[in-house]
Amino acid sequence: MAEMAANGEEPEVLFWVGCAGAFDDRYKRVTRAFVQILEHVGVKYAVLGTEESCTGDPAKRAGNEFLFQMQAITNIEVLNAYNVKKIVTACPHCFNTIKNEYPDLGGNYEVIHHSTFLQQLINEGRVKVQGGEAFKGKRITFHDSCYLGRANDIYEAPRDVLAALDADLVEMKRSRANGLCCGAGGAQMFKEPEPGTKDVNVERTEEALATLGAGNGVIATACPFCMVMMNDGVKNKEQEESVKVFDIAELIAQAEGLTK
Amino acid sequence: MIGIENIIFLIVAAVGIGLFIWQIRKIRKNVLMGRDTELADNPSERINKTLLVAFGQQKMFKRMLPAVLHLFVYVGFIVINIEVLEILIDGIFGTHRVLGFVGPLYSGLMAVNEILAALVIVACAMFLWRRNVTKVPRLATGVEMRAWPKVDANIILVVEIVLMLALFVFNIADMKRVLLAGEEVVGAYPVSQLFVDIFGEDPEQLYIIAKVGWWFHILGILAFMNYLPSSKHFHIIMAFPNVYYSKLLPKGKFTTNPAITHEIKAMLDPSYQPPAPEVDAEGNPIMQRFGAKDVEDLTWKQLMDSYTCTECGRCTSVCPANLTGKLLSPRKIIMDTRDRMEEKGENPAIFAPNHYKEMGVERVETTEEKELLRGYITPEELWACTTCNACVESCPVNIDQVSTIMDLRRYLVLEESAAPASLNAMFTNIENNGAPWAFPASDRFNWADELYVPSKN
Repeated sequence: MAEMAANGEEPEVLFWVGCAGAFDDRYKRVTRAFVQILEHVGVKYAVLGTEESCTGDPAKRAGNEFLFQMQAITNIEVLNAYNVKKIVTACPHCFNTIKNEYPDLGGNYEVIHHSTFLQQLINEGRVKVQGGEAFKGKRITFHDSCYLGRANDIYEAPRDVLAALDADLVEMKRSRANGLCCGAGGAQMFKEPEPGTKDVNVERTEEALATLGAGNGVIATACPFCMVMMNDGVKNKEQEESVKVFDIAELIAQAEGLTK
Repeated sequence: MIGIENIIFLIVAAVGIGLFIWQIRKIRKNVLMGRDTELADNPSERINKTLLVAFGQQKMFKRMLPAVLHLFVYVGFIVINIEVLEILIDGIFGTHRVLGFVGPLYSGLMAVNEILAALVIVACAMFLWRRNVTKVPRLATGVEMRAWPKVDANIILVVEIVLMLALFVFNIADMKRVLLAGEEVVGAYPVSQLFVDIFGEDPEQLYIIAKVGWWFHILGILAFMNYLPSSKHFHIIMAFPNVYYSKLLPKGKFTTNPAITHEIKAMLDPSYQPPAPEVDAEGNPIMQRFGAKDVEDLTWKQLMDSYTCTECGRCTSVCPANLTGKLLSPRKIIMDTRDRMEEKGENPAIFAPNHYKEMGVERVETTEEKELLRGYITPEELWACTTCNACVESCPVNIDQVSTIMDLRRYLVLEESAAPASLNAMFTNIENNGAPWAFPASDRFNWADELYVPSKN
């Protein structure tokens, strides 16, 4: 972003990478897949790079309003200094926070989640998903992220993106508004679960596995935390050979032949 | 003819209604213990929501069987109220079926009324069955389902059945008496017709039976009305305002505390002048706690939520924490708020439901000091929440359980620094390196190193 600003250019959209997208080894692959799609269709985008900082979401959900506002106000200063107007992010938590909670603190941007962004690219024909046949007969189930779904009522965009693949989409019993949380929200990602009889991600993974049935299948996610939780759940059930967890951007990048 | 009976009726009705108003005022006072919050924006959207969710029962229909049964009782309640109006007029002025002058419309109304009354009896019987025989888990289990909530639910259902039966007794005996006297029956009674002969043929006896049925029905309604404020059944009134004042913003948007914003802005910019704090009647600045420790730290809407709750347990039955054996139950959070509010504020009831002690094994270890936080709701419950909003989504009367959980959490963190250690570590990471994990901020762009992109080439 700094480079573009120095050249007096303005990006079409700022890609907010998020902490998971920048640091989590698994989610870095999603970041790269999404960037490859952006490059492939020639979207003029920018990233903040090292100038990006946590949106403050985990602090806010954990009750630390002070730290959240510190982060938010600092980020808003950076974003406003670059005159950012449109932000896309692959993280529903960053998405929700910037879209819904930054305006109160002086940050007003058009914020879209990468599922909606990909849906638009597909609808406009900019992403053709020609390699979609590779997915023929493959069973995919989409796990709703709470902060995309119930929190912001985005249920169809990720499904529309997956529908562009030639795959066999199956729904879990608890889906859309009735979707079951992966267990990571509300800052649970950063703490041990409270005492109970089972971990939430195991409960959800069992449901996903039962929905996919035997054989190869994919659990599709659109959130870095969901991805971690579902991956752990699949490992817990020792199904990592047959069932893979992918972000919707990775599946599209694969279908476009951008990644292996 | 107005006689002594009518005067007695007038006094009884006035006392019943007066007592009810007196109780409502107490409840209003309790709710107003809460902090102020502005929820009057966008009236047209609010009215729409009220029509759909409260009047239209939209969210009930996520579960078909209880939704249909509940619809019978709900529509029955509304339509039968028209007959109650007639009873009041008849009672005061000594008239007989005063609304009868509308003719066929009256017949239609009475017929619908009778069918609904029969459906109410069927529905309530099935509800009793679900609670006591099949023991639907969300109605029968949970630490918050102590003795009182269970008894309360059964009282409501039995009373509703008895009230409907009293109505039938009146209709049957009245119809038979009128028929015997060779007069024309005012109205149509498809259900009572089936039982028209059960009370014999003695006109005097029929007159007395009809009177008893009539008095029992109206006295029962007045008594039941005054039972409402002590009961979860109060939802039949509160559902409407509670839906009207529900959150119109995306569920993911949590409240922002402006006091903290001023503090941070003043910290970052020494020349920043925060607005003067609000003052109370004596001119002392009002110092508000960060987050909520007790009921007066919650907003009036959050307190209203707890008077709207009818303890159906849909929230708890979809809570991922509760489903996996954690202590958290969103229904308990709301019920605890109500019980604490009545303990701290006025007791609006003729008797106090929260005096009914716990039963069974208690895993929630509360302190002696009866504040909402720790006295009722423990940190372990609060820290189990994933803020997934499944409870909020499931609530048929738009209660916002997550907002109360969040305000209690905020108190723990901002006033007591009592977050779990792992969360404190996460806070430190964000403060030090701008990420919840301990990675150096300078590594933030490393993901691009392995990327083949033209601009990096």
